[in-house]
Order: sequence, then structure tokens, then C-alpha cells
Amino acid sequence: MSDAISILIVDDEPVARSRLRELLADLAPEFPHRIVGEAANAPEALSQIEASQPQIVLLDVQMPGMTGIELARHMSARAASSETPRPMPLVIFVTAFEEFAVEAFEVRAIDYLLKPVRAQRLLEALRRAVTRLPSDQIQAIEQLAKATNTRRRHLSVHERGRVILVPLEQVIYLKAELKYITVRTREREYLIEESLTSLEDEFSDRFVRIHRNALVARPSIGGFERVTPTGEDDAGDPYWQVVLRDVPERLPVSRRQWSTVKNLVS
Amino acid sequence: MSDSQPTSASDAPGTAPGASSGSAAAAAAAQAKARRVSDGAKAPILPDCCNLGIALRIVVAFNVAGLLLALGLGAADGEPLARLLEVAALLEPALLLSMALVCAVRRRVNGLKIQQQWAIGLALPVVVSVFACGVVGHSILPAAPAGSFALWLLVRAAAALALAWLTIEFFRLRALSFSPSLSEARLQALQARIRPHFLFNSLNTVLGLMRGNPRLAEHTLENLSDLFRVFMKDTRELVPLDDEIIVCQQYLAIEQLRLGERLTTRLELDEMPGDALLPSLLLQPLVENAVHHGIEPRTEPGEIMIRITKPAERVRVEIVNPTSEQQPTRPGNQMALSNVRERLMLLYDMEAELKTTEEGGQYTLVLEIPYRKERRRRDVRRHFNPYR
Repeated sequence: MSDAISILIVDDEPVARSRLRELLADLAPEFPHRIVGEAANAPEALSQIEASQPQIVLLDVQMPGMTGIELARHMSARAASSETPRPMPLVIFVTAFEEFAVEAFEVRAIDYLLKPVRAQRLLEALRRAVTRLPSDQIQAIEQLAKATNTRRRHLSVHERGRVILVPLEQVIYLKAELKYITVRTREREYLIEESLTSLEDEFSDRFVRIHRNALVARPSIGGFERVTPTGEDDAGDPYWQVVLRDVPERLPVSRRQWSTVKNLVS
Repeated sequence: MSDSQPTSASDAPGTAPGASSGSAAAAAAAQAKARRVSDGAKAPILPDCCNLGIALRIVVAFNVAGLLLALGLGAADGEPLARLLEVAALLEPALLLSMALVCAVRRRVNGLKIQQQWAIGLALPVVVSVFACGVVGHSILPAAPAGSFALWLLVRAAAALALAWLTIEFFRLRALSFSPSLSEARLQALQARIRPHFLFNSLNTVLGLMRGNPRLAEHTLENLSDLFRVFMKDTRELVPLDDEIIVCQQYLAIEQLRLGERLTTRLELDEMPGDALLPSLLLQPLVENAVHHGIEPRTEPGEIMIRITKPAERVRVEIVNPTSEQQPTRPGNQMALSNVRERLMLLYDMEAELKTTEEGGQYTLVLEIPYRKERRRRDVRRHFNPYR
């Protein structure tokens, strides 16, 4: 069964999941596949994707907690910027309502099925999905997220096979270190594999860049203080530090960023 | 509902034992239906003088007008107080008596043709005014010149006619302005009724059940077709609370299948006055709203509680659902609540009340309407049994 396409079904409604499973069973002769799992919500889906690496994900759009589009955004962020390359699953959205007149769908980079789903339509979508390139798909998901005004409200942290969703409003700062980014909340630190630049683009209204390697949440900025290094070597130039609310650390502001950052004070 | 059909079928022979009276019974039923339909419609001409809010408005408006008239006349002849007493003595009995009579006959008149309604609506105040002014004019007021007493009365009658016409026209136009008249508003109302989201989700559920549990799929389709029959009916018709609550239960049974253990429902209907009349589809949108805002966006299970009681001569409906910070998962009709408010205003004016509160993670909606009973006695109450 190694050449059978692996599929994950994500839908919050049990009956809807079993319907998709039945349809897939009907299509097995024409489209050999194996169902590697089912998930009823976003954290479950993300950890199953990590564990079983499905090639195709059938993804319900309307789910509580996190919509399918937001979930796809998590998948693409994980696939796009990790140091250790991970394959991007091919997404087929399933929705009850025809509400996106979105370019991503028009160029057929992503498919979507209307509930109730027909077997024939599902087969077409599956066949088309396997011809797609992951890179096109990542781009299409980003387009779709923009067009539907969908933004991630969490960062997904993968920790020992589990997925933790850290709400964005809890994040105090993001700091790039080697291959990872440290996500600091009041309680603890997490590590994620994403690119700081794309995080900055995505969440520009919440985070401000203070240094080549750090983004700080605006509400967490408590103030600034000027530091004059007094090392054993000759004292360096004085520089500014961000004083943070809720956590003791201070983060240096680079000379280049100071001009933009200081405007936040006034 | 398969059990509702035999109910009405067996009713007819029971109430009309004579075989020949079948068509008469049908005609009576049609008339009764017309009366029920028109009760909430824009068609009825007579203002609902039994309604406290409307009665107050009329009394206040007439008294202000009377006061101004008295002041005007008083300024002319220098005796404002005497004029005020005179105007009041003529106005109040005629006004109050007319309103009481309109209140009494309104329901009977509503089923009639428009012209007949107008005739009664105008004739009543005129006759009452002539009578009241005649009595008052003879007994209390300083005697009018005998020859012109008829003329004096005629002027009062004409004034009553004009005022009655103004009042009726005012409330008729007011009712029109509340009802969706623009084509866009109509379309919206229609879409809200057809509820495409609900339809497609439900059909998907039925398809999902078809192979594994065909019997449940059958029942769900039955519930669905019953629901859509009601959705497409004239929502101006008044229905007994028993029927409306069955609509809510059928709706909840369908959502239950879709949402599974995420939805639990608790219905406290022991004190419900099942014979109370209310506009069709008044409660179901509120229940749908509770599911849409309280259950669908949540990942954890939640409970919807519906309690219906009858404090004094009112019907009190309480719908409680958990709140959620999450946005609704689908673009629903946000208009549900404002829609219901508008209909309540149109139908009951100040006598209905709709309040919502949010406390401790619970969203509570309390609706109170006057208890108006169904005329016809129902021998058999309908009951909903999802597992029938």
C-alpha cells in the first residue's frame, strides 16, 4: 500500500466525517488511498498531520475554535519556513456554503467541495490535488487567507508529538535563535520553526521589530532605558533597551530600529 | 408529523356529527383562519385598543388636542377654565366609550372585508359620539339653543368622523411602515426564512446517516420537511404555542445529530400554556440563534435551556445558552433578534417585552407576551417524539 495516497479527514461533525469516509470507500477502486486518520478540531488535526504526514487533507471550513482556512495557514507556515523540510499536504476544502469568490479557487490552486459532497466531484478534486505543487499551494493558501481576512490567532508549537496552540495575545516577544524562534509568554518559553520575517509581515499590527532578531508585542512594552556598557574592554556606545511588562528580561534595541521604535514612546 | 394528521382528521367528524354540515364546517374553518391570519397582518384596519400602549397613545393624543382646542377657544372668549371643562365633558366619554367598543369588536371585525372594516371603524365612534354628546349636552351643559341643537350635534359627529379617520389611518400607516415593503427587505426576509446554511448542513447530515442508520435518516428528513413547510408558511398566522414548540424541537433534533454531544438541550415546559396563540416562527429563530451563537462556535459541549411559564396573564419564554468569545463559525442571520423585536413591536406594541442579559458565561433571553388563548378547544395536544 505504499503507493496509495494517504488522506486525513478534518471535520467537527461526526456524521459529516463518516459521510466522507463512505464516499472515499466507494472511490477506492478508482482512486487507491488509505485514510490515515480523522480529526475533529484544529489541535488534533495539526498533531495528526505531524504524526502521519498525510498527502491530502480534506478540511472543513466552518469549525469551532479555528476555521479551516486558519488551520491551513498553520500548515503552510510550518511547511514554508522550517529548517528541516516538511512536505506540505494538499488541501481540499469542504464547505456548506458558497461564499468565497476568491482568486485562489479560480486558478484552481486549491479546490473546494460543497456539502453535501458528490462522489464524482470528490474524485475530480482528489485527482486534481495530486497534480499540484506544494509551493503553489502554500502561496494559494496565503492568498486565500488574505482575501478572506483570515489571520492566525495562535502560534502552533510542536512539542514531543503534541501541538500546543499559544494565543497570540499571550506572546510577549519573539526572538530568533539559531534554527528556532523563541516564543515568550508570561509563564514560559516555546520554540517554533518559522521565519521571523514572515511573522513580522503577518502580525505587523501587533509586533514591532526592535532588532534584527527580535519582535516585541506593542502592549508588552513597558518603557525604554539607556544602557552604557561597562565591560572590561573599552566601553561600547550606549544603547537602548526595552523594559517589558510581566517578564524581567530586557531586550536591546538596535541602532537601526531605534528611530522607528522611539516613536512608540511619544 | 404523521401523528398530527390523524388528529385534525378525527377532529372534524367529532365536532360536526351531521354529514351534511361538512361544507359549513369547512367555511367556518376558513373564516376562522382568515381571522387568525389577519390578527397579525397589516390588513386589519381598527387599531388594537385593547393594547395598553396603543390605547395610551390615543388617549394622550386626543387629550393634548382637546387641551389646545380649549385653550384656543378660551383665549377667544376669556373663559379658559369653563371651555376646558366643556371640551373634556364632551370628549372623554365619547373617546373612552368608542375605544372600549372597538376593543370589544376588533377581533370579530378583523376577518371582514376592508370596506366593512372601514365602515365599522368610522361608524362606531360617530354613533358613540352623537350619543355621548347628546346625553352630556342635554344634562350638563348650559342648554344650547333648541333649534340649533341638531346642528350642534351634527358638528360633533363630523368632528368624531374626522378624528376616527385620522386615528385609523395613522395606525394603518404605522403598521405599514413596520412591515418590510421594499423588495430588498422582502428578499432578505425570504432568505432568512429559507436558511440555506441550515438546509445544506441538514442534507449533509441525512446523507451521512443514510447507510449506517437509515431509520434515523428517514426521521430526519421527515422533521426537515415539516420544518420547511412551516418556514414557507405565512408567518403572520397565529399558531398555538404547542405547535411552535414542536417546530423548535424538530429543529433541535436535527441540530443534535449534526453537533452530537456538543449540544445538550433541556426543556422545562410543565407550566407552558400550550393553547396560547403567538405568531408562527417567533420562537424558532431565537432557538436557532442560541445554537448559532452559543453552541456552534464552542469546542466544548454546552446546554440550551428553554423554559416556558405563565406568570399571571402572560407567557414567559426563557432561553439560556452559554456565551462564547469566539465568533460564530458561519455567517448567520444576525437579524434574528432585531427581526423578532420588530414583529413584537408591530403585534403587541408595549405589551411584549424582549430582554437579553449576559452573566457568568450565560446568555439569557427573556420574552414576555400577553397570554391570548386559542378560541377553539383542542382535544388532543400534539407532542413531539423524535424516536417515533
